[in-house]
Parts: sequence; C-alpha cells; structure tokens
Amino acid sequence: MKNRLKVLRAERDWTQAQLASALGVSRQTINAIEKGKFDPSLPLAFKAARLFEMSIEDIFQDEV
Amino acid sequence: MNKPEQSTTNEYIERNCKNTRYLKYWSAAWVVSMAITLFAPMFVWDFNTLLTIIGVIVNLAIGFGMLLANRVYLRGLDEMQQRIMFDAMGLTLGVGLVVGLSYEMLEDIKLISFQPEIGHLVIVMCLTYLGGIISGRRKYQ
Repeated sequence: MKNRLKVLRAERDWTQAQLASALGVSRQTINAIEKGKFDPSLPLAFKAARLFEMSIEDIFQDEV
Repeated sequence: MNKPEQSTTNEYIERNCKNTRYLKYWSAAWVVSMAITLFAPMFVWDFNTLLTIIGVIVNLAIGFGMLLANRVYLRGLDEMQQRIMFDAMGLTLGVGLVVGLSYEMLEDIKLISFQPEIGHLVIVMCLTYLGGIISGRRKYQ
C-alpha cells in the first residue's frame, strides 16, 4: 500500500516523533509506514485521516 | 494546522517504560523464587515438605504474575511492535515444538548418550525469540 504520510508530514513541518505522538504509536512505526514496510490498521488509518483532516483514500492508496 | 502535541508520545513511551519495568521486576522475582524453590530444600530447610510446597506455590504465583505483566506489556505496544512480537512468538513456538520433539527423540534412537534437559530447550526458545525480535525490527526498519 502506498501512502502520502511523509509528504503530508513534511508539508506541515512535523517530525516523525511529533506525528507518532499525535497518533499514539512509536516513531519506528511511523518510519515503517512512511517507507511502505508496514500497513497500518483501519483504526490507525482513520486516526491519521482525522489528524490531517483528509479522507483515508487521500492518504493511503492501494497498489494494484 | 498546529503542530501535534508531544504529550501522546510521552504517554506512549512512559506507558511502555512502566510496563517494561513491571515485567522486569516480575521476571527477576520469578527467577529468584525459582532459585529458592530449587536450592533452599537442599541447602536451607533440608527437604521440609511443608516449606517446599510453600516454595513451589509462591514460585507458581509469581510466575502467574509475570505472565500477567507480560500480557500488559504486549497490550501496551503499538500495532507494529505487537506484530513483531507475534511473529517472534510464532517462530519460537514452532522451533520449540520441532526442536523439542527431535531432541527428545535423539536419546530414544541412541544418537546421544545423555538425558535431554528441558533447560536446553528453554535456551533454544529464548535465542529463537531474541532472533525473531531482531529480525522483525530489521524487517520494518
């Protein structure tokens, strides 16, 4: 699954630690999601969508 | 949009540190109680049955506390860390089963002359679990 987490974070000038803070996960998890190595659960994806005030599809895209 | 607060991360890290600390204390207490249960009957109370039974019960109770502390620790991790632990535990269970049974069989088919020890299997399982965690962390790095 592709995602725009890194771009969205950079646009807001947030660090991985700050984003991890807001989502209640570890910085390593944010790093893995940004690199596409770990796909977040639906609750975490919703949390990210709420934080960025976007829809889930605007942040995460299926790689088919 | 404002920068997210650091407080949640601190809460996450603090919760993890607290859970890890509890798990460490419970594990240490369990190891000490295990040593007491094993060696005290021989060197302290000369196999007094009542004291030995109390020692075993205390050891089991502390072991149960350690299990609960481990459960709290695992539930306090985020979803990726839980996945790493889950994979490592699955690997450990498989390796423990396969290696354990094969190791036990070695004596039956006369390939080894000594009695297989459960301690050897525990060491293999600990090393497998450790390897599984390291490999999982590298996978998601």
